[in-house]
Amino acid sequence: MSFHSILFDEPSAAVEHDQPGYFTDLNLDQVVTAIAAGRGEYDLAPFFYTRLRAVSAITYRQEVMRDLQDDTLSACIATFARQMKTMREHLRQSKSMHYQRQKQHWFLDAAATYCDAVTTLGADLADAELGSRGFCAFRDHLASYARSEAFATLATDANRLRSQLTAIQYCLDISGNRIRVTKYDREVDYSAEVVDTFARFKQGAVKSYGSKFPDLAEMDHVEAGILDLVAKLHPDVFASLDEFTDTHDGFLDPTVAAFDREVQFYTAYLEFAGQLGQAGLGFCYPQVSAESKEISASETFDVALASKLASQHQPVVCNDFFLRGPERILVVSGPNQGGKTTFARTFGQLHHLASLGLLVPGTRAQLFLFDQLFTHFERGENLQDLRGKLEDDLTRIHGILGQATASSIVIMNEILTSTTLQDAVYLGTRVLEQIIDLDLLCVCVTFIDELASLGPATVSMTSTVVPHNPAERTYRIVRKPADGLAYALAIAEKYRLTYRALRERVRP
Amino acid sequence: MKAFLMYPGQDFDAEADLPAGAQALIEDLGLQTLFGAMSGDDEFLYAVAERAVLTSLAEPEAVRYRQHALRDCLDQAQAVREMYQVAVDAVLGSKKIYRGIFSQSPDATLRWAMEMLQLFTGLLHRLREIADTNAANFRSQAFCTLFQTLAAELSDDFFAAVDEHLSQLRFRGGVLVSARLGKGSKGIRYVLRRAGERRRGWISRITGNDSDGFTMRIADRDESGHRTLAELRGRGINLAASALAQSADHMLSFFTMLRCELGFYVGCLNARDRLSEAGEPVCFPEPVAADGPARLSFHGLYDVCLSLRLDRGRAVGNDAGADGKTLVIITGANQGGKSTFLRSVGLAQLMMQCGMFVGAESFTDTLCTGLFTHYRREEDAEMESGKLDEELARMSEIADRVTPGSIVLFNESFAATNEREGSEIARQIVRALLESGVRVFLVTHFFDLAHSLYQQGSGESLFLRAQRREGGQRTFRLVEGEPEPTSYGLDLYQRIFGTADQAQSAATR
Repeated sequence: MSFHSILFDEPSAAVEHDQPGYFTDLNLDQVVTAIAAGRGEYDLAPFFYTRLRAVSAITYRQEVMRDLQDDTLSACIATFARQMKTMREHLRQSKSMHYQRQKQHWFLDAAATYCDAVTTLGADLADAELGSRGFCAFRDHLASYARSEAFATLATDANRLRSQLTAIQYCLDISGNRIRVTKYDREVDYSAEVVDTFARFKQGAVKSYGSKFPDLAEMDHVEAGILDLVAKLHPDVFASLDEFTDTHDGFLDPTVAAFDREVQFYTAYLEFAGQLGQAGLGFCYPQVSAESKEISASETFDVALASKLASQHQPVVCNDFFLRGPERILVVSGPNQGGKTTFARTFGQLHHLASLGLLVPGTRAQLFLFDQLFTHFERGENLQDLRGKLEDDLTRIHGILGQATASSIVIMNEILTSTTLQDAVYLGTRVLEQIIDLDLLCVCVTFIDELASLGPATVSMTSTVVPHNPAERTYRIVRKPADGLAYALAIAEKYRLTYRALRERVRP
Repeated sequence: MKAFLMYPGQDFDAEADLPAGAQALIEDLGLQTLFGAMSGDDEFLYAVAERAVLTSLAEPEAVRYRQHALRDCLDQAQAVREMYQVAVDAVLGSKKIYRGIFSQSPDATLRWAMEMLQLFTGLLHRLREIADTNAANFRSQAFCTLFQTLAAELSDDFFAAVDEHLSQLRFRGGVLVSARLGKGSKGIRYVLRRAGERRRGWISRITGNDSDGFTMRIADRDESGHRTLAELRGRGINLAASALAQSADHMLSFFTMLRCELGFYVGCLNARDRLSEAGEPVCFPEPVAADGPARLSFHGLYDVCLSLRLDRGRAVGNDAGADGKTLVIITGANQGGKSTFLRSVGLAQLMMQCGMFVGAESFTDTLCTGLFTHYRREEDAEMESGKLDEELARMSEIADRVTPGSIVLFNESFAATNEREGSEIARQIVRALLESGVRVFLVTHFFDLAHSLYQQGSGESLFLRAQRREGGQRTFRLVEGEPEPTSYGLDLYQRIFGTADQAQSAATR
C-alpha cells in the first residue's frame, strides 16, 4: 500500500475550514482550542471540523491512534516534532541574518537537524511494532527516502561540517582598544580557581550573580570582525561552509513535512485525553455503526467541562446511557443545575469525536455514524420579547426537522421555555412526535415531564440530588422518573467523623 | 562548611513554613509566652524559637543530640553567646555593604563581592580564635564537630589564598578570555583564563599579526565598537565575578545558619535564666522511641508558660505514672487546674521533641508523630448554630493530618451541643483515634462521656480528677480518681455570687 496521508485512507479528501454549526452549543470550540493550544503552527482546527463519512476511514484513524498510544512510539513522534520545529526556527533565523557567515551557519544547523529528525524517526519506526496501515505505509516511505542518494549526501556533509565548527575554540586577549584572536592553547580556567578556594563554604543553591547580556542572534561589526579573524585561523572549514549552502538549498521532502503536521492531530488529542486520564477519567475506542441506532456509553463525561474541572483539581462526574430496541429519544428532566445540559453536550460531543476517528470519553461506547447533527440550545438574547422568542424557537426547530434525515441526530436543550406550560406541553409533544416519525436519535432536555412518556421511543432520565441534602447535586443523570427526596444528615457524618469514617481516615 | 548544631549532618531550616496546625498549638498552649522568654524581645530569636519548638524531632537519638549540645551551652554560656555575636555581626554587617540596584555590571558585582569577603574573612579570624580558646571545654558531638571543622577549613593557607585572589581580580594587565562558536557563529562559553607565557610581548609588536593570531583595533570614535568590546570583557569576567559573589553569599549563609542554630541555644539559655530566677526546676526529659509501648511518667510537671507569666510564686506541679496508658481523661472541679495540666503536658511534649529541657523534676515520655490540640473556642459566640459545625470542621482538619503515634489534646470539645450528643460524637472520635494508635488526653465536664469511658474501663486509660478539699478549696493538683457527676460549678457560683446559704436559698426559691 502506498502512502498518502496519516489522516486519510484515501487521497483527495477535502478539509473543512469552517466549524460545524453545533460546535459552540456543544462547547466543542473550547475543546478544540484546548487541544490545539501550543500547536498554532500546525493549523489543526480544520482536521477537527472535518467529519469522516465512512466507517472504514474511522477504522484507519483508530488503528493509527492505537499505535500512537504506545509510549515508545509517541515519544519518538514527539522527538521528531521537536526536531522539525527546531529545523523551521533555524531556517527562519538563516533568512533573517545580515552577515553571510551567520546565514550559512543557521542554514547548516537547519539541514543537520532535519537529517537527524529523519534518520532518528526512520530507525525508531523500523524498531517499532506497528499495527496500523497508516504507520506501516509511512515507515516504508520514510525508509526509501532515507536510502536515497540526495539524502545521504546531505546528512554526511552536514554532520562533518557541524562537528568541525563545534570543535573550534579561540582566545580573545582584550587590552585597551585592541583584541588579539588566537587559537586556544590550554590556558587555565581562572574562575574555577576562585570557585575552588571558596568551595568549603558552599551551602546549597544560591542565586546567580551573572550579569545578563543581551542575547541577540545578530552580530555587530566587531563580532563579525572577530569571526572573520577566527575564519582566517580555520580557512578550510569556512570554505566548506560556503559550498554546503549552495549545494543543498531546498532540502525538505513534502511528504515528511505533511506527516509532521498531520500526526499532530493525534498527538494533540492523546495529550489532551492523557491529562484527563490523570484525573482518573477514561477514554475508549467507540464501536461506530452507520446502521444500528442501539447506542450506549459507560462512564462518559463532557470533555469541555472535564478539562476545566481537572485543571482546577475538581472531581468530574461520569454518566451512562443506552438506547435499545425501539428507543430513540433521551428525555432529560429534574432539578436545575443538576448536569442536564452537560449531559446533552456529552451526547453530542461523543458522536462528533467518534466521527473524527478519535477516542471518546468513557469506558465503553457504541455510537452512530450520523449524517448531520443539529443542536437547539436556548439563546440568552431577546428575553423581553417572549412571543418573538417562541416564534424563533419554533422556526429553528422547523428548519431542523426539514433538513434532518433518518441518519441525523438532534439535541434540544430547554426549548419552549417562553410560553405557558399548557402550550409547552402541546408544542413539545408535537415536536417530539415528528422526531419519532423521522426515527431520529435525539436528546431533549426539558422541564416538561409529560414528554418523558410519549411511547416506546422515549426514555426518561433525571438529574439527581444528594438524598440528605437537596442543595447538593450529584450531577448524575439516571434512567428514572423524577421523584421526591429525603433530607437529614447526621452532622458528624457530614464531616466524616463517625467512628467508621474516622477509622478509615487515620492511616499510617 | 556547615554548623550542624541542630541535626547531625543536616541544616536547620529556619525559612520553612510552620507546620500545618501550628497556629492552633500556639494559641491553645500559650506558646507566645515561651517564645517571648526565649527571644528576650529579639524578633530574630523569636522566629527561630517558633520554628524550632514547632518542628518536632521524631527519634530519641535526634533529641539527645540537641540535649547534649544544650548541656554544653548551659555550662559554657559565655563562649556560646560570643560566637553568636560574631554571627550576628557578620549578618548585620553585610547588610551595610551597599550593592547598587542598577549597577549590575560584572565590575560592580566584583567590587561588592570583594568588600563582602574582606568583612567575612575578618570575622572568620575571630571565630577561629574563639574556637581555639574554648574547644577543650565542650563535650557534645555537635560542638566538637563544629570546632574541628573550623580548625580544618579556616587554615592559614586558606586566608593566604583569599588574599591572592583579591589582588589578582583587579586585572591590571588586561583580560584573557576563551570562547567557542555557538548558534549562527556567535561567540559562546566565554571563560576567563589565567594568561600563559606566550601572551607577554604581543602588545609591543607593530601589527600583532603572526602565525599564532590576528589583531584588530577599534577606532577611537567607534562608540558602538567600544561598547561591544566592554561587553566582551564583561562576559569574560562575568563568571569569576559571579563566583566570587556567590562565595560571599555562601559565607553569608554559613553565618546566617550559625546565627540561627546558635540562636536556638541562646534562646534556651534565656528561658533557663528566666525560670531559674523564678526558682523553677528544669530537667532534661527521657525521650522514648515511638515504636514501643506508650510511656509517660513525670514528677513535678508544671506549666512553663504559666510560671513565666506569674509575677511571683511557683506553678503547681503534678505527678503521674501513666506508662501503658493511651487515654488520659481529666475531670473535676472548674478552675481546678485541668486546662493548666493539659497545657503542661502539651508544652513538655513539644519542648522535649525540640531537644529542650522541660518544666518538671523528671519526665519520661514516648515521642509522638504529631501533636494536635482541639480546644473549645470562645469566639463566634453569637453564631451558636454554627459552633458545633466549626468544632467539627476543626476536628476534620485534624483527622486529615493525624497519624498513628500522634497525640490529640481535647479541651472541653464538642460542648457546643447538649451533653448527650456531644458525648456521643466524642465517644466515636475517641474510640476511632485510640484504635488507630493515637494517644488522647481529654479534659471534659461531660459526665456522660467520662463515666461511659470509665465503665469500659480498659487498662489503657488513666482517670485524673482536679482535687478539691473539703469546703471547696482547690489545690490545682490532679489526683487519680473516678469521674464524679458534678463539676462543682456551684462552688464557682458561690464564690462569685456569695455564700452557700444564699445560693441554696436562691436555688430553692
